[in-house]
Amino acid sequence: MTGIGLQECLFLAALLFCISIAGIFINRKNLIVLLMCIELMLLAINLNFIAFSYFSATISGQIFVFFILTVAAAEAAIGLAILVTLYRNRQTINVADLDEMKG
Amino acid sequence: MQNTLITLSLIIPLAPLAGALLAGLFGKTIRRSGAHWVTIIGVAVSFICSVLVFKYVIIDDFNGGKFTYVVYQWLQSDNFDFHIGFLIDGLTAVMLLVVTFVSLMVHIYTIGYMKDDPGYQRFFSYIALFTFSMLMLVMADNFLQLFFGWEAVGLVSYLLIGFWYKKETAIFANLKAFLVNRVGDFGFLLGIAGVLYFADSLNYAEVFAHAEKTKFSGQVIQIIPGVDWSAITVICILLFIGAMGKSAQVPLHVWLPDSMEGPTPISALIHAATMVTAGIFMVSRMSPLFVLSETAMTMVLLVGAITALFMGLLGLVQNDIKRVVAYSTLSQLGYMTVALGTGAFAAGMFHLMTHAFFKALLFLGAGSVIIAMHHQQDMRKMGNLKKYLPITYWTALIGSLALIGFPGFSGFYSKDIIIEATRALAGHSQSGIAQFAYFSVLAGVLITALYTFRMFFMVFHGKERMDDHTKSHLKEPGWVVTGPLIFLAIPSLLIGLVTIAPMLFGGYFSNSIQTPEYNVLGEIEKHMDGGFGVGAFTLHGLLQPPFILALTGIALAWFFTLKRPDYAESLKKGLKPLYLILVNHYFFDRVYQAVFAGGARKVGNILWNVGDRKIIDGLVINGSARTIGLFSRVFRKLQTGYLFHYAMVMVLGLLGMLTWLVWPVVKGVFNGV
Amino acid sequence: MEFKEIILTVLILTPIIGGIFALLVSEKLTRSVALVFALLTFALSIPLYTQFDTEFSDTKSAKIELYKANPAERVARFELKKPWIESFNINYHVGVDGLSMPLIILTTFITILVILSAWQVIKIRPKQFMAAFLIMEGIMIGVFVALDAVLFYLFWEAMLIPMFLIIGIWGGPRKVYATIKFFLFTFFGSVFMLVALIYLYTKTPGSGSFSILDFYHLTLTPLEQMYIFIAFLLAFAVKVPMWPVHTWLPDAHVEAPTGGSVILAAIMLKIGGYGFLRFSLPITPGGSADLAWLVILMSLIAIVYIGLVAIAQRDMKKLIAYSSIAHMGFVTLGFFVIFAVMQVNIKAGATEADAIIKGAALAVEGGIVQMISHGFISAALFLCVGVLYDRMHSREIQDYGGVANTMPVFAAFAVLFSMANAGLPGTSGFVGEFMVILGTFKANFWYAFLAATTLILGAAYSLWMVKRVFYGEVANDKVAALKDINKREFLILFLLALTVLFFGLYPNPLLTVLHDSVNGLLIHVQSKL
Repeated sequence: MTGIGLQECLFLAALLFCISIAGIFINRKNLIVLLMCIELMLLAINLNFIAFSYFSATISGQIFVFFILTVAAAEAAIGLAILVTLYRNRQTINVADLDEMKG
Repeated sequence: MQNTLITLSLIIPLAPLAGALLAGLFGKTIRRSGAHWVTIIGVAVSFICSVLVFKYVIIDDFNGGKFTYVVYQWLQSDNFDFHIGFLIDGLTAVMLLVVTFVSLMVHIYTIGYMKDDPGYQRFFSYIALFTFSMLMLVMADNFLQLFFGWEAVGLVSYLLIGFWYKKETAIFANLKAFLVNRVGDFGFLLGIAGVLYFADSLNYAEVFAHAEKTKFSGQVIQIIPGVDWSAITVICILLFIGAMGKSAQVPLHVWLPDSMEGPTPISALIHAATMVTAGIFMVSRMSPLFVLSETAMTMVLLVGAITALFMGLLGLVQNDIKRVVAYSTLSQLGYMTVALGTGAFAAGMFHLMTHAFFKALLFLGAGSVIIAMHHQQDMRKMGNLKKYLPITYWTALIGSLALIGFPGFSGFYSKDIIIEATRALAGHSQSGIAQFAYFSVLAGVLITALYTFRMFFMVFHGKERMDDHTKSHLKEPGWVVTGPLIFLAIPSLLIGLVTIAPMLFGGYFSNSIQTPEYNVLGEIEKHMDGGFGVGAFTLHGLLQPPFILALTGIALAWFFTLKRPDYAESLKKGLKPLYLILVNHYFFDRVYQAVFAGGARKVGNILWNVGDRKIIDGLVINGSARTIGLFSRVFRKLQTGYLFHYAMVMVLGLLGMLTWLVWPVVKGVFNGV
Repeated sequence: MEFKEIILTVLILTPIIGGIFALLVSEKLTRSVALVFALLTFALSIPLYTQFDTEFSDTKSAKIELYKANPAERVARFELKKPWIESFNINYHVGVDGLSMPLIILTTFITILVILSAWQVIKIRPKQFMAAFLIMEGIMIGVFVALDAVLFYLFWEAMLIPMFLIIGIWGGPRKVYATIKFFLFTFFGSVFMLVALIYLYTKTPGSGSFSILDFYHLTLTPLEQMYIFIAFLLAFAVKVPMWPVHTWLPDAHVEAPTGGSVILAAIMLKIGGYGFLRFSLPITPGGSADLAWLVILMSLIAIVYIGLVAIAQRDMKKLIAYSSIAHMGFVTLGFFVIFAVMQVNIKAGATEADAIIKGAALAVEGGIVQMISHGFISAALFLCVGVLYDRMHSREIQDYGGVANTMPVFAAFAVLFSMANAGLPGTSGFVGEFMVILGTFKANFWYAFLAATTLILGAAYSLWMVKRVFYGEVANDKVAALKDINKREFLILFLLALTVLFFGLYPNPLLTVLHDSVNGLLIHVQSKL
């Protein structure tokens, strides 16, 4: 296991993060994709936590990850619930249609 | 004695006040008869106390004929003391007697005049309140209380002119009266402020002492920057503006004829006998100040002369019986003012007193005619009332003769002395204004006789021009009306004869009125051989031009109203422009209405609509709101409402901030390299 | 704790607690509860007058030195000081002097009348209505007693909230525009005041202090004074209100319910005048002297311009609102003419402090008397309009005519109050105007001349309204159907009539409590010029 060091892990995490951000910008169709992107973003950060925890040999980072995973799961559940309600009310989950806040 | 006087002087104003409050606040409970009894008793008590005070202070010569008493301190500020207090001296004592006596007569008369009116209690309450205010005015020992009484009589006058508040003309007249008076008060208040500034006090005693000691010499005021004006002249002119409002002198006279919209008893009491003479009283009271300013005195003389002459002329063309008397009041007030202007303050006060009696008599007589005629006031619809109203006829004759100054009647003494005083001044000073004043008062005699007897003949003689219905009801009103007429006729006949010598030449006013350097009354006395004698004066009056002018006036009046009325008509046509000027009251009313009343409303509207609404609210306030709205209309475009836009801006912002934070580190790294 | 120490705090808290009670009890009871607490507050405020220490009144003596040395001395009556936010040295500091004490009693008195006037009239949300007024009463008392700038500012801004709600909830058709205008105007002014207060805080020696009394000791450069004065002027001029920042007042009055108009006119406007006395004059005497011409100019414009505007009004409430502005012009005129009076005295050769301020106290006291008197008279007039509005639901003058026929008792009251508004002697309306005109004459003839035009203008707009509304034949069927005032309305107007007449006939009891504070203020101002 010599090829994978901290740098590689951080690079992967940053890559995942950028993909998720790009997903948020570019995606104009499906709200579910948006939610997935947010989850991905969280995972990217989790990866960072784990990497730092592993390479600096402290356990606390991994404990954080457990918390974040739990919260993310709850968040995803709530997000999906909102999404379902939204769909019921608006008959669409198209992001481009959701412009209630337009000035 | 001091304590008795304190009690009496407190009772004098408070008794009518108590009557007024009882009648006004509990009118329903005490009913009509209760209302007139409480007020009449109040005024009667006040009259009796006035007589007693007159006896104690003047006849018994208490403390040199001067009694002062401070009732309470109204306020004290900055070490200035403002209080309510009484001063009773010769001047006040005369006014007390005149006011309470005439008021008592009018109260009794009112029982008859107002007997069918629904506002009976209210009316009694008002006139008693008026008596209180007038008494407070004349008893004042300081400018503050004077101003109190001054405005309070104005208030009651306002309420009484508008007594029949349903009548559009009445409520127009009362507003007009109050506002015109307020113009006078505006000057008066500034005058008082000037007195306080220059004399450091508002109490008569201290102000007059200051006047005597310093003569206000060297005290100047700059009204136009850079030009020093003598303070005393400014003060006196300002105070006199107040007198012009209250005593209806040109050009502030316009309210008095209109005030005839009020019930006749108050025309007699307020707009003839007492309130309108407050200005004359005030100037006499301020004689220690006025004698110091020749300019102010000249102004007084000029205003008085104009009023005496030109207002009399207006009486010639009136057909409303009350308006004739009203214009004659204006003219007589002018005479009084002329007297003040010549420096014969005592003569002005003397004419004030005699005028109070005979003018109240004439007004009440006119009122008696109006009752008999069922509130018809147009003289063209009267005639030959002599037959139906004998008591009114004879008392009115006495009043008319007194008014025109027929020798022997009270008006003769007071008016002739004014004419003599003006002649003396005209001879002495050679100024054009004095000459004009002399001409005015002489011409005034002819005019007075003409309009008085025109009215007298039109009402009491000639053809019966009323309709049959009125004629069938014509009869003399009851004793409550005729009684006061008789009681007023007596002093109208005699008071001048009895009192001229002591009042004008006996030093009666010596402790209350200051005489100017050129003392016209003293001059008149000097010209009489062996001092002043009533008999000699009366006889002498028979040979003078005023008497001849008065007789001419009567004759002309007889000729134009009874002998050849058609001549009057053709005269009217021949002198059409003059006639138009007179029936329009020299256009004073119209001009004031258009310029001041209309002007103020117009300016107010413009200021409101343009200043407040357009500029301040429209441009500045709502303008700034609009500007903000304009900006936001542009910037709101940034809010697309799309989540991805927001997220992108967020990330870009984050990137920017990160760069900004990290940049120094990066730079350090590069520099390190 | 001693009575004298806690009384002011009790006065602030009683109505606020009363307001909470009024919210909690049932709708039936809320009026009685509110009235009881209002009466209780009034009763509690009486000792402020009866136990007021006037022994300092002897200004001629060595007290002058004391005033110069310690201007705070004259404010410290019924004082209480407790630490509040210690890190910024902010204290809960209350106390009164002759300038604020009469205004407190005015507040407690007027609140009773407002609660009585709303007894049957307010049908929607009576609990909230009563609570709003009681809480506002407590806050307004707080403004008058606060001696700490932060405490003052807190109360000053808090006061807006109940008033905002009162106009916004129980107001007329254009209430939203009026409330927002009212709020933005006053808020605009007060932020500048906040800046000024914070600046003053930074200037105080040591660790800094927000005590108003410490501000009195500051020595500021002329430029600083100028800026701080302008900041204060913006805050107070809006509140008074002075021309040209007055346009919120007519709108607010027209839309506010009767009670709101009464409080607004009777008390809120006074807070602006009070601010000049408490802040502008003593803290920035130099700035006040330099810009006195501006304030005098604005006051005279208010008197003449607004007087004319009032004549043109067709809405009774607007007319009274404009007349309020004109009358408040006398207040500011009286306060700021003192510098011109001092100039005149100095020119005449005065060197001693008491000789220099001679005649100035007359104008300042006149201004204060005018504030108190206007509190009663404007309250009475707005209540009169309220009486008519409750019956006819119109404030337009042209809808009325001949009301005296159907409502004689009410007409008598209305004429009395209109006369008082026109400054008739014998009513309290005369006293203040009289004193200010007398005081102003000394400064400049033309100031007095323009101020005295109110004699004519005041009579014109007041009595013309009386003529059109009350006199004449019955104008229409609605007027013919009017019923005269009931016992409750009679009681309110009667109490006000008594007060107006009492202070007109015998104003001295009011003046005696002013002398000490006013002279102290003048000596302080003079010594710092």
